[in-house]
Amino acid sequence: MSTATYAGVQVRLNDEGFFEDPNEWTPEMATEMAKADGIDTLTDPHWTVINFMRKEFFEKGTGPTVRVLGKTSGVSVKDLYLLFPKGPAKMAARIAGIPKPKGCI
Amino acid sequence: MGYRTEGVEPIKKVSIIISKGSLEGIYPGLIMANGARAEGMEANLFFTFFGLDAIHKKRIEHIKVATVGNPAMHIPTLLGGLPGMSALATHMMTKKMDELDIPPINEFIEMIGDTGAGMYACKASVDMFDMKKEDFVEQVQDIITVGDFYDMAAGGEIIFT
Repeated sequence: MSTATYAGVQVRLNDEGFFEDPNEWTPEMATEMAKADGIDTLTDPHWTVINFMRKEFFEKGTGPTVRVLGKTSGVSVKDLYLLFPKGPAKMAARIAGIPKPKGCI
Repeated sequence: MGYRTEGVEPIKKVSIIISKGSLEGIYPGLIMANGARAEGMEANLFFTFFGLDAIHKKRIEHIKVATVGNPAMHIPTLLGGLPGMSALATHMMTKKMDELDIPPINEFIEMIGDTGAGMYACKASVDMFDMKKEDFVEQVQDIITVGDFYDMAAGGEIIFT
C-alpha cells in the first residue's frame, strides 16, 4: 500500500495504483488523475463511464467489465477504447477510484 | 495485490494465433486478445487452418465443442460420436458461458474488432481451403503471409493456440 495526493488530499492506493477506499475519491481527484494519465479534459462521455462504474461498484461490489460497460453504460465498446486508450476497464476504474474489475471479458 | 514481478516491464503487445476450429480451440485466444486490449496492450489475432472457421461468415455460427477425442469431456468415445452429442455439449457450454457473460463467438469477434485489435487470415490456409476475403467477417483486415505475420508480431509476444 502507498499514498498519493490528489486535489490536495492524501489518499491510500494499492500496489497497482487503485484506491484502497473508494469513499476517499472525489470528482476533482478524477480530473487530476486523468490528466496525469494523458486525458487532458474529462468530457461528458468520460463522466458517464466514471459515474456508471462507481454506481455498479457500490451496488455489486465489483466494477463492470468492458462488455457490461459497452452494453449498459450507454457508451459503446469502440468509444470506450477511444475515451480510455490505456484499457477502458482498468484505466477508467482507476480514475473512478474503484478497485480493478475482476472479470475476464 | 498484483502478480507482476517487480522491476519487470509489462507486456505491451501480443500476437495471438488461433489454429483450431472447435469451440474450446477458439475461445481461449479470443479471451486473451480481448483481455490484452482491456489492459491497454496492442493485440493482433491471426487465424490459420481450422481457426479460420472463427471468422468465416457462414461457419462462425456453427462452432462446436469436440466430443470425440477429448478425454476431458469425460464421456465415452462411442457416446461422444452419437449424432447430436456435439450439438448438445455445445448447447450446454454456451448456456453456461452466457450466464457468465461470455459472449457467443460472432458477438465476441465483433467486440474484439471494436477494441481496436487487428484480425488477419493466414494466406496459406485461405488458399488451401479455397476461401476468399469476402468469405470472412468485416473485422478481418487482410489475408497475410507468414512473413507479414512476423513483421507485425515484432517487438511483442507470440501466443499459439
